[in-house]
Amino acid sequence: MNRKIFGASFVLASAASAAVIVAVILIFMITIMIGGWDHLTWEFITAAPEEGMTAGGIFPAIVGTVLLVLLMSLAGVPIGTITAVYLSEYANRNSIFTKMIRFAVNTLAGVPAIVFGLFGVGFFIQFVGGGMDSFLSGTGEVHWRQGNILWASLTMALLTLPVVIVSVEEALRSVPGDYREGSLALGATKFQTIVKIVLPNAYTGILTGTILAVGRGAGEVAPILFTGAAYYLPHLPSSLSDQFMQLGYHLYIMATQSPDVEATLSIQYATAFVLLVLTFLLNFAAIILRSRLRARAR
Amino acid sequence: MRMQSTKIKAENLNLFYGDKQALRNINLVIPAYKVTALIGPSGCGKSTFIRTLNRMNDLIDNVRIEGSVVIDGTDIYKKGIDVVELRKKIGMIFQKSNPFPKSIYDNVAYGPRINGLRDKKVLDQIVEQSLRHAAIWDEVKDDLKKSGLALSGGQQQRLCIARALAVQPEILLMDEPASALDPIATAKIEELIYELKENYTIVIVTHNMQQAARVSDFTAFFYLGEIIEYDETKRIFTTPKEKRTEDYVTGRFG
Amino acid sequence: MYISIHRYSKFNVTIQTDQKKARGDTDRSNGRPTVSTNRSRERPRRKKKRYGERLAETLIRAVSFTSFAIIILIFAFVFREATPLFFPPAQQTVTTEDLQQETYGDDESLSTNETIEEGRKRSTSIETAGGEADFTLDNLLGDEWQPVSAYPKFGILPLIIGSFKVTIIAILFGAPIAILAALFTAFFAPRWLREILKPTIEFLSGFPSVVIGFFALVAIASIFQNIFGYEYRLNSFVGGIALSLAAIPIIYSVTEDALSSIPKYMTEASLALGATKWQTALFVVLPAATPGVFAALLLGVGRAFGETMIVLMATGNAALMSLDIFKPIRTMSATIGAEMAEVVFGDTHYNVLFFIGSVLFIFTFALNAVAEFYVRNKLQKRFRGAA
Repeated sequence: MNRKIFGASFVLASAASAAVIVAVILIFMITIMIGGWDHLTWEFITAAPEEGMTAGGIFPAIVGTVLLVLLMSLAGVPIGTITAVYLSEYANRNSIFTKMIRFAVNTLAGVPAIVFGLFGVGFFIQFVGGGMDSFLSGTGEVHWRQGNILWASLTMALLTLPVVIVSVEEALRSVPGDYREGSLALGATKFQTIVKIVLPNAYTGILTGTILAVGRGAGEVAPILFTGAAYYLPHLPSSLSDQFMQLGYHLYIMATQSPDVEATLSIQYATAFVLLVLTFLLNFAAIILRSRLRARAR
Repeated sequence: MRMQSTKIKAENLNLFYGDKQALRNINLVIPAYKVTALIGPSGCGKSTFIRTLNRMNDLIDNVRIEGSVVIDGTDIYKKGIDVVELRKKIGMIFQKSNPFPKSIYDNVAYGPRINGLRDKKVLDQIVEQSLRHAAIWDEVKDDLKKSGLALSGGQQQRLCIARALAVQPEILLMDEPASALDPIATAKIEELIYELKENYTIVIVTHNMQQAARVSDFTAFFYLGEIIEYDETKRIFTTPKEKRTEDYVTGRFG
Repeated sequence: MYISIHRYSKFNVTIQTDQKKARGDTDRSNGRPTVSTNRSRERPRRKKKRYGERLAETLIRAVSFTSFAIIILIFAFVFREATPLFFPPAQQTVTTEDLQQETYGDDESLSTNETIEEGRKRSTSIETAGGEADFTLDNLLGDEWQPVSAYPKFGILPLIIGSFKVTIIAILFGAPIAILAALFTAFFAPRWLREILKPTIEFLSGFPSVVIGFFALVAIASIFQNIFGYEYRLNSFVGGIALSLAAIPIIYSVTEDALSSIPKYMTEASLALGATKWQTALFVVLPAATPGVFAALLLGVGRAFGETMIVLMATGNAALMSLDIFKPIRTMSATIGAEMAEVVFGDTHYNVLFFIGSVLFIFTFALNAVAEFYVRNKLQKRFRGAA
């Protein structure tokens, strides 16, 4: 009798846990939605902030975010795809080189975002930027040796590299071996086979990886805290050495450092809402793509 | 009239997967412009052997090969042989048809295109010619843009044959080409093989003895990685020299 | 030695009427012109093309090496900015001319005539207006973190304790929930529910941490204060609970994967012996999935320990050392996040922040390595017979 009760309560507890998590997610989303709903107008999305952030919109933050993820993808997706091609098509499972790369990818995935930010400062800003400045101007004038959208997006590209690599590799592996064999038997070279047969059939995975990376890039704030994000800029970034506004960063500063928190509260909610919706759409798209990929692999 | 000449000669061929030996001391002569069938129970090395002829076994880890395979006077396992070129001279049809997820036209044109052929008119002609030789032209000529995967199993296999023919090989290797097909499609494939041997040297692996008897000129009986007997098909099936051969062809085992 | 090849582009492509008829009476070519290429033994152009192959492979390998190179570079450059703490460049005497205004912007510390090196040396010896650098090991291991003051204190102990406190709370709260939910999903939930549950909970992993932090700041903090009635609105408890929202999806995913990949025959054997589902789950599957669950925990800990935005917004950011969970704390990551933008390059403060970053990096690196090696070994041992 005792055992039955224990068993039943165990099952109940596990169901309750799952329910709790789902409930929290729902409450979370609903709270943010309610808080920001009335502020969510077309002007909000297309206008710039005014009156010390107590009015106006978040357009420049949206633009900054978009530019950031664009540059980030430009840098990260090709490198990630090529690495995935290596791991899937060329790597010999027992070679030391392969093990090194796999270890590096796994490690990269576990590095805290803030450490990437430090790397951005120590390497991109100080080392590369400093080098560029002394090489290009030599007068100690500081141009590249500070936070800007270039360094920030490169830092983010490194952060999201593992995501791209894993997604693309999964897609490459799902291309049936039959296709490769057929192509090789016809006398195509390995490279031709990869470029003409394997990669075109893996574009779903490349897309998934890019979308997941973009999702992270749009939401992650820690690495850009000191590599280029700013709270208020008079104009949009027009060159790689400009600073930029970003949705997450904007929310953070507004919520913790704005002088009149009450007045900006609904804007904060609305910004959070925009971020959530963005994330939701991106993840949703990635899930759909991934299930299409899995279905095709059968 | 062509003389009986040797196209392929395997000499003292041994193949190891790691420590396991899959092919033992294979000595086999495959004559040109004839159909040679390889028969035997499952797992006895027929497919492994046929894949040594176009060095597709190179793709598997841990494979070691001793001996030689001489094609047109050259040992293809010699150092320095360009495998990619070798495979252009030899076409392979797989057990499970594997057309690319492209259109019928692009499937057949793939081979010529990777060889650098871009002229659309010539490509059109090659595609048509190959599809004709594979006895499928009439069935697909109205819609070459249709995906290769939209065809029936038998048609897909013939498409793969057309694709292989487009590269204009001299040798065709067929690894149980009809084993996944229904009897009617199988009959079509067999008829096709009969026609193709006019222009190509064909080696076919089959576990269907009646098929071997119908289609081939020469037959080799494989058992446990060795060739037990090799002779004209007629003789293998009516008066085999080895007891094991006789047991197999009469259905006593396998 | 080469095999005879044919290159279409090199060949004379001749169009001739097909004379040969296929055996059998149907003329398959219908008298149409056929394309044939004369094959001759010609020297192929293949040498050039194969170099292309080799080049492609080498380039691909080189690009793949980037990942590894980055790890090395992270080690190098993060540590590099911390080493001046332990190997300080030669101290210069402080003269009145060298003393500069308190600077908290990156640019003003460098005059146009100085090189970067000189500027760095100068500022190492002047920390803040009026103070002389007094960096010692005692200072570092002290229990006060006050980098901005007349006598700067860089005691990292409160920060380390802060990180641990909030991580422990997050894991204590989040791990059981995540594991139980994973058990439910893998075992007790009907198929249709499973299909909904898994993506929903994994969806949580996509929430930007800044939004979670915001939610904690405005909603959770108030709710909890009403419930528990403690003094400080933002404290390690609130931060820990918020942090668990970030850790739960990871622990859940990895655990659920581990549970699902237990071979069916094990569960079937248990059920066939008359065990109930929950007994099977608790006594057969969960133990068998221990390596995976352990890895999940490690990953969750790593995530929680390194998280920045949530703790920045929800813990109150006061570097207090206390066992009271309802007091604010400051984590290592939050310290870096909050102060990095304001330090002078080359400052002791700057170096200490990088030092903290190095410690953080080493900790999560070790965690990751343990998870990988331990799990790989245990899993291999356990399933070698089964595979």
